[in-house]
Amino acid sequence: MTSATQAKTIERSSPPFQLRGGAYTLLVLRLNDPKDPALFQALADKIAQAPNFFRHAPVVIDLQNLADAPPFNMAELGRRLRQHQLVPIGVQNGTEEQNRAAVNAGWSLFPEGRQAPMREGAPSARPVEAPASAGAAKPADAVEAAEEKPAPADPEAGEAMHGVTARLITQPVRSGRQVYAHGGDLVVMASIGAGAELLADGHIHVYGALRGRAVAGVSGDREARIFCRSLEAELVSIAGYWRVRDDIPDALIGKPAQVFLDGERIAIEPLA
Amino acid sequence: MGKVIVMTSGKGGVGKTTSSAAFAAGLAMKGQRTVVIDFDVGLRNLDLIMGCERRVVFDFINVINGDARLSQALIKDKRIENLSVLPTSQTRDKDALTRDGVEKVLDELRDQFDYIVCDSPAGIERGALMALYFADEAVIVTNPEVSSVRDSDRILGVLGSRSRRAEQGLEPVKEHLLLTRYDPSRVEKGEMLKLEDVLEILAIPLLGIIPESETVLKASNLGMPVILDPTSKAGQAYTDVVGRYLGETIEHRFMQPERRGLFQRLLWRTA
Repeated sequence: MTSATQAKTIERSSPPFQLRGGAYTLLVLRLNDPKDPALFQALADKIAQAPNFFRHAPVVIDLQNLADAPPFNMAELGRRLRQHQLVPIGVQNGTEEQNRAAVNAGWSLFPEGRQAPMREGAPSARPVEAPASAGAAKPADAVEAAEEKPAPADPEAGEAMHGVTARLITQPVRSGRQVYAHGGDLVVMASIGAGAELLADGHIHVYGALRGRAVAGVSGDREARIFCRSLEAELVSIAGYWRVRDDIPDALIGKPAQVFLDGERIAIEPLA
Repeated sequence: MGKVIVMTSGKGGVGKTTSSAAFAAGLAMKGQRTVVIDFDVGLRNLDLIMGCERRVVFDFINVINGDARLSQALIKDKRIENLSVLPTSQTRDKDALTRDGVEKVLDELRDQFDYIVCDSPAGIERGALMALYFADEAVIVTNPEVSSVRDSDRILGVLGSRSRRAEQGLEPVKEHLLLTRYDPSRVEKGEMLKLEDVLEILAIPLLGIIPESETVLKASNLGMPVILDPTSKAGQAYTDVVGRYLGETIEHRFMQPERRGLFQRLLWRTA
């Protein structure tokens, strides 16, 4: 028996598949009125803000607000969603009847998952229009970045997903690279080069020098903060408000600092 | 209606960005409303040379994509009135430049400025093509060195065939030669091509000669267009270039090696 056939035999003896668990971040679409004529137009507008991000994105439909609603055609809803290039994969919080309809439509039933915070007053669809005054405006980058880098996958950056809440990067983030922690925090154990961009729906922690851009609270979380060991950023932004390097006091440059939103103003404080 | 001028070369490292910054600054100092655009998407440098990298929020690509208005992306120079910079994106690549998008931005700029200086990336691919496509005039930046001259010849061919003016059979793009990093003493020793040789190969009118100078690197590191340094020979040469471009008659300088005095020559020998 040659070594080649030996290898073949060994190969055959391995099982035809492996079944493993995986944790993913999913979009949850909470419907308030599936018969609202404006629903799909509003959805199309939302998708237009970041078409690549939403393209073929798996969606779980949350029926929580529809417990008392009159029955509606679930298969038709799925068809319309697919027209917008969304892929409905299941429902959650449905009534027994709704769950039956969902299973008939070929969907799965999801237990209620942990969800990204949707804070009171946080605009779900933020206009890209920016106020003229510097220091308080809207970075279009947020949308643009989401388009460029959908949820996970950034093998070069040597990162690991822990659950779905935080993203850990251990390698330096080089100029021109973008890292987006979708639906959670971003933790970077190395330095961020000038011209690199960090984005997170939650907080951003940098245990090296922050020389590039950091955009926290991309989806509108005003409580998000940025922490870094050495603040040398080109731009810091939280929930659409920003400050450029020229507007950061020299006394804070190169120091450990935290950045947060104080009303309508980006505040930067040294970390003791 | 503003004029679109592209600074191009084919070859990298010959001084396109330095020349774009100096030329645009020079035009603005002469009272011309001028904007300089970085077309080197993904390898953004112009904002560093112009010293405005700390004020970039939106960029050229944001404007092309409709994420920001032009007025939000334009950065007014703090030193020179009439001068604005349109930086580019570091996180995107040249595919973000669409012909329609670039045209829209340039059309809007033509209404607001007298001169639109396009700092082209190296190469003859998408970025460089986009930078030169809409040009009315081209400044070909060349070093007195064979590979640079050959690449300049190549880019002249591209200008003559693939620019909008060429494609639509309009009046051809007006070409100017800018010979940079010229070192007369090395030319004298035969280590560098002579001006006459370069002119003979490229056969386009000479706009100016910029002598090799340490002040260029120093100015770049300071984020200052070298034309703002009146003590620099390169800065003076750029001032001449701008004057000449605007129609003044200025003789070419810096073509002869500096003659050292006896004392300096003695020191030179012993060094």
